[in-house]
Amino acid sequence: MNRLLQRLFGRLPLGWLQLTHNRTRFAAALAGVAFANVLVFVQLGIMNSMATATLRPYAFFQPDVMISAGDANSLTDGSNVARQWLLQAMADPDVADGMSLFIANVHWERGDKDISLTTFGIDPAKPAFLAPRIAGDLARLEVQDAAILDRRARGLGKAEAAAIRPQTPLSFETQGRTVTAYTTFAGGGGFGADGYMLVSDQTFLSLFPARRSAAPDHILLTLRPGAQPEAVVTRLKTLISDPSLRIRTYAQAAQDDLRYQQAKRPTGIIFGFGVLIGVLVGLVIVYQVLSTDVADHLREYATFKAMGYGPGFFLGVVFEEALVLGILGFIPGLIVGTTILTLMGAITTLPLAMTPSMAISVFLGTIVFSALSGAVATRRLAAADPADLF
Amino acid sequence: MGEETIVDVRGLNHWFGSGEMRKQALFDVSLTLHRGNFTVLMGPSGSGKTTVLTLVGCLRAVQDGSLRLLGQELNGASEAQLVGLRRRLGFIFQAHNLHESLTAAQNVMMGLQVHGGLSDNTAEQAAIHALGLVGLSERTTYLPANLSGGQKQRVAVARALVSSPALVLADEPTAALDKDSAAEVVDLLKRMGRARGTTTLLVTHDNRILDRADRILTLEDGRIIHVEDRS
Ligand SMILES: Nc1ncnc2c1ncn2[C@@H]1O[C@H](COP(=O)(O)OP(=O)(O)OP(=O)(O)O)[C@@H](O)[C@H]1O
Ligand SMILES: [Mg+2]
Repeated sequence: MNRLLQRLFGRLPLGWLQLTHNRTRFAAALAGVAFANVLVFVQLGIMNSMATATLRPYAFFQPDVMISAGDANSLTDGSNVARQWLLQAMADPDVADGMSLFIANVHWERGDKDISLTTFGIDPAKPAFLAPRIAGDLARLEVQDAAILDRRARGLGKAEAAAIRPQTPLSFETQGRTVTAYTTFAGGGGFGADGYMLVSDQTFLSLFPARRSAAPDHILLTLRPGAQPEAVVTRLKTLISDPSLRIRTYAQAAQDDLRYQQAKRPTGIIFGFGVLIGVLVGLVIVYQVLSTDVADHLREYATFKAMGYGPGFFLGVVFEEALVLGILGFIPGLIVGTTILTLMGAITTLPLAMTPSMAISVFLGTIVFSALSGAVATRRLAAADPADLF
Repeated sequence: MGEETIVDVRGLNHWFGSGEMRKQALFDVSLTLHRGNFTVLMGPSGSGKTTVLTLVGCLRAVQDGSLRLLGQELNGASEAQLVGLRRRLGFIFQAHNLHESLTAAQNVMMGLQVHGGLSDNTAEQAAIHALGLVGLSERTTYLPANLSGGQKQRVAVARALVSSPALVLADEPTAALDKDSAAEVVDLLKRMGRARGTTTLLVTHDNRILDRADRILTLEDGRIIHVEDRS
């Protein structure tokens, strides 16, 4: 190792030798860096899974434009919109078709389990609005109280979900009615609900008698081939006479929702803050280790200064130490972080996992912040005065 | 004895502190060191010996007077010039000041590495050779913690001499050593100095060393009061 580093640096790997000289302190320093990494990984993992969970239901549909109420920050939030705007929007020559989207949560009591399902009421005659993987099964929803069920819903056994077929459907009681799932699709539990369910708008209105067909939650629009969604949105904003409405491209609506979850909702802010704390913990640990190390070796550094070593040499040693701590601390951090995320994912069935982009960005962050701590720690080098050696 | 002048000090004055506390430590000091000479600097405590050594060693800025080292005037020299000159000197301190994390050979290599990169094994071989000259060829891979006081000081001597410096500056290098080790270290300095044409300026209180000096300078209250040539 020493010889390898010596070849690499073209000098004695002083930082490495110095760090590894005191094994206990070195191990503690690495554990500290690893701990900071784990903190950041867990927070990032949760933030990522929030993003995945937020965007997931958007992927069930594929419209081009969405019209929502002014206070609708996410799919499930906010007031209803009047169906009349759908009819007005149809007046635009580029709008091909429109569909009302109804959304509400149902509870499915299964023994001691209470499975909450975000239920979408859609028009089964309009498969163009649904993702292709779902659109094929839409005709099943024509039957009253029929449903397409999320096979990844929390509380639903894997084998049980796999057994759901048109010939062997699964029926359950909810909202005082018997709903029957003939087919399934891949959704997954999130932070708000255990899973999803698709029903026809007719079934939706019978499940929720208080809801009116004239007041859906969102209005989805598809455009004619070649139309520019942004241009249509601009036109619709003047065409539709209610300025409080949010008229956005569907992609924009999803992005707005994500930003809202991360920046405005307390959960998003807390986890974002957690990342910051993790970074600060790492910074403080590396700074503490490096500046103690510099302070402990002032006499040796003063000797080297007397021998003619310049400031660049000492900077190099401290940066070398910072890199060693960053790189070697990252490895256990990655292993423990991955394990914790996998365990947490298994327990919560949230989409929690280590992703390559997370690992890479945390690695780069670790290197940058270690180097930063090192740069601050080198200020102590000024105290090494060779004239004091005699 | 060569006549080449290594150090030429003329009318050197030095002060410490400022304002009310300003105190003169050196008064009109002049001295010359020729190549290959082994010069001992003596004097009571506080007479200014260390101050002379740090000024000659480019570790302090010259305030007044002229100090020419290896042909370069230090009065008014830039920091970069001073660092460059320091690389051509060998320092031996009262404490060995070895790096605890480096083996004996690696400590000696630090004396070579300052002149350039260590891309091959020649530096290591030179370090092992230098350790052999100070009688430590069996101890090259030892950490300082596993060496005796005399052995550590010998490693420090090897570190100072390995790059064949033009001038070795030593401040009471034997103070921490017992009689035998002290004699050994001084003989070593003299022998290696003679072999390599190194000039030595050594501060000591130790009378045993005086016999080995070519010239003895005595400093008192910041003034050179006596010069004795012995060769
Ligand atoms: N850094 C300093 N700041 C202030 N005064 C100093 C400093 N270094 C030395 N002096 C003063 O300068 C004078 C000469 O000190 P110097 O260290 O050169 O003496 P010395 O001959 O080496 O003594 P010793 O034999 O005790 O080592 C002393 O009066 C000392 O108090
Ligand atoms: Mg002194």
